[in-house]
Amino acid sequence: MAKLWNKYRYLILRRIVQISLLVLYFGGNAWGLKILRGDLSASKIFNMIPMSDPYAVLQMLAAGAVISADLLLGAAIATLFYMLIGGRAFCSWVCPINMVTDAASYARRVLKIDNIKGTRQPASRNIRYWVLVLSLVVSAIMGLAAFEFISPISMVVRGVVFGIGFGWAAVVVIFLFDLLVLKNGWCGHVCPLGGFYSLIGKFSFIRVHHNEANCTACMKCKVVCPESQVLYMVGKESLPVLSGECTNCARCIEVCDDDALGFSIKSLIKK
Amino acid sequence: MEKEQMSDRRKFIFDMARGVGIAALGGFVWSAFIDEAKASQLLLRPPGALKEKDFLRTCIKCGLCVEACPYDTLVLARPGDHRPLGTPFFLPRDVPCYMCPDIPCVPVCPSGALDKKSVSTEGHLNIKSAQMGLAVVDQESCIAFWGIQCDACYRACPILGEAITIEYSKNERTGKHAFMIPIVHSGACTGCGLCEHACVTQKASIHILPREVAMGKAGDHYIKGWDKKDEKRLENAKEIKTTTEISKKSAIDSLNSGMKDLY
Ligand code: SF4
Ligand code: SF4
Ligand code: SF4
Ligand code: SF4
Ligand code: SF4
Repeated sequence: MAKLWNKYRYLILRRIVQISLLVLYFGGNAWGLKILRGDLSASKIFNMIPMSDPYAVLQMLAAGAVISADLLLGAAIATLFYMLIGGRAFCSWVCPINMVTDAASYARRVLKIDNIKGTRQPASRNIRYWVLVLSLVVSAIMGLAAFEFISPISMVVRGVVFGIGFGWAAVVVIFLFDLLVLKNGWCGHVCPLGGFYSLIGKFSFIRVHHNEANCTACMKCKVVCPESQVLYMVGKESLPVLSGECTNCARCIEVCDDDALGFSIKSLIKK
Repeated sequence: MEKEQMSDRRKFIFDMARGVGIAALGGFVWSAFIDEAKASQLLLRPPGALKEKDFLRTCIKCGLCVEACPYDTLVLARPGDHRPLGTPFFLPRDVPCYMCPDIPCVPVCPSGALDKKSVSTEGHLNIKSAQMGLAVVDQESCIAFWGIQCDACYRACPILGEAITIEYSKNERTGKHAFMIPIVHSGACTGCGLCEHACVTQKASIHILPREVAMGKAGDHYIKGWDKKDEKRLENAKEIKTTTEISKKSAIDSLNSGMKDLY
């Protein structure tokens, strides 16, 4: 039991956080709970503290909207949190799509799709930054927040809180895309929100750290990591994972049997 | 070595160009989709909403207005609703806006897409100043126009006597009854939809349209000459001059020329 907990502690915590947030949002609408109201685009915590999606606000800015003080403050709070502390933690601890894409990647491993010859990744992980820039350009041309118009993330959150409509189709499409077309396709290649948090999360203090002395080069960490390129140093050098593309999901830490990976606080002074 | 570097650079430039090409194509499809999706005009927004164009770029789709509405009037557009995704609207035949005096849906809006000022008079919230839409009567299906007494919409209207009045006229067919005709006044109607909700016909014969769709505009050339205030608008009127073959000459010449200048 203790071993099981050890192997899945972060995964369990993450699922608890992700699902609790959805339940709280749902309760805010359905039962009038005051803890968390709204949705991931913008919300009020305890009817007081505003939170808003900085990427949505950025698109609105590109679209030429007048941004209210509430939204600015909310976006600033979220940005500072991920920038200073969480890194790209939004993706692995908050976003509901993460559960879908994790499931797809798990299914790929179980069905051994990854082992089929010739399934080399043809796509660049930089696509998401292109999509990010493109979303701002389209926002400016069309005069509205372009990604918010098609975002499966908001679609699913709104679906849970306000009723789903055909929103479930987005979930199915992303699952199949990740399962059959491209490994870690949506979150690791396409999603501009993930790209946005990758850029912001670069600077955060909480980092995964690799201790090469303990590493037996079993490469279990690289198998589970949704952004395996960030673990380039594994078995080679003792280094923190500095890439913003790491989602701080901590799967690598828990699958490592040799204590070669762990969280660390980035030292303020670079040596 | 030299050669390899060159080809590296060429590959980089080629990759960039290809990226831009794909992005342009993607942007085109994306824009086309948005253009199509936002085109639905017949949409009723919550009280205090900005003009549709500004509303679309300002609303962050948080649903706080939806949560605040005690009657579940407002809904966020879901995929498949064929309305701009995630934005709040209401369908008055299902649930109208009950014109809450404290308008709870407006002050909670964090983005300013619902503007408190536009539903306030002298610094106080006043739901009667809301302009969600305008009620329009279909004279063919409204049974009051047949001579049957109804006035359901009139009775349902929270501002009856101002937004809807009943006009009487003689029913020549029977010779002894009156038509009791509902007339909507755009100066007072808020577009709450209580009338549409109450209408007794199978499909509502009074229904709410967005004001930009339902209303015309006389322009500055037509003036109520008997109204001093209205006459002021004449100052905005610009001269429009069209020159045709006929108007090149003076009117008298034209009248005396037979039909010559016409052909
Ligand atoms: S990459 Fe996008 S969809 Fe995936 S977890 Fe991050 S925000 Fe969510
Ligand atoms: S490096 Fe570790 S924490 Fe970061 S994304 Fe990969 S598995 Fe998750
Ligand atoms: S005024 Fe009242 S009934 Fe009308 S939309 Fe707002 S909260 Fe709902
Ligand atoms: S509260 Fe304002 S920003 Fe939020 S959904 Fe309603 S109109 Fe849009
Ligand atoms: S929509 Fe109908 S009920 Fe509401 S104010 Fe206008 S006329 Fe009256």
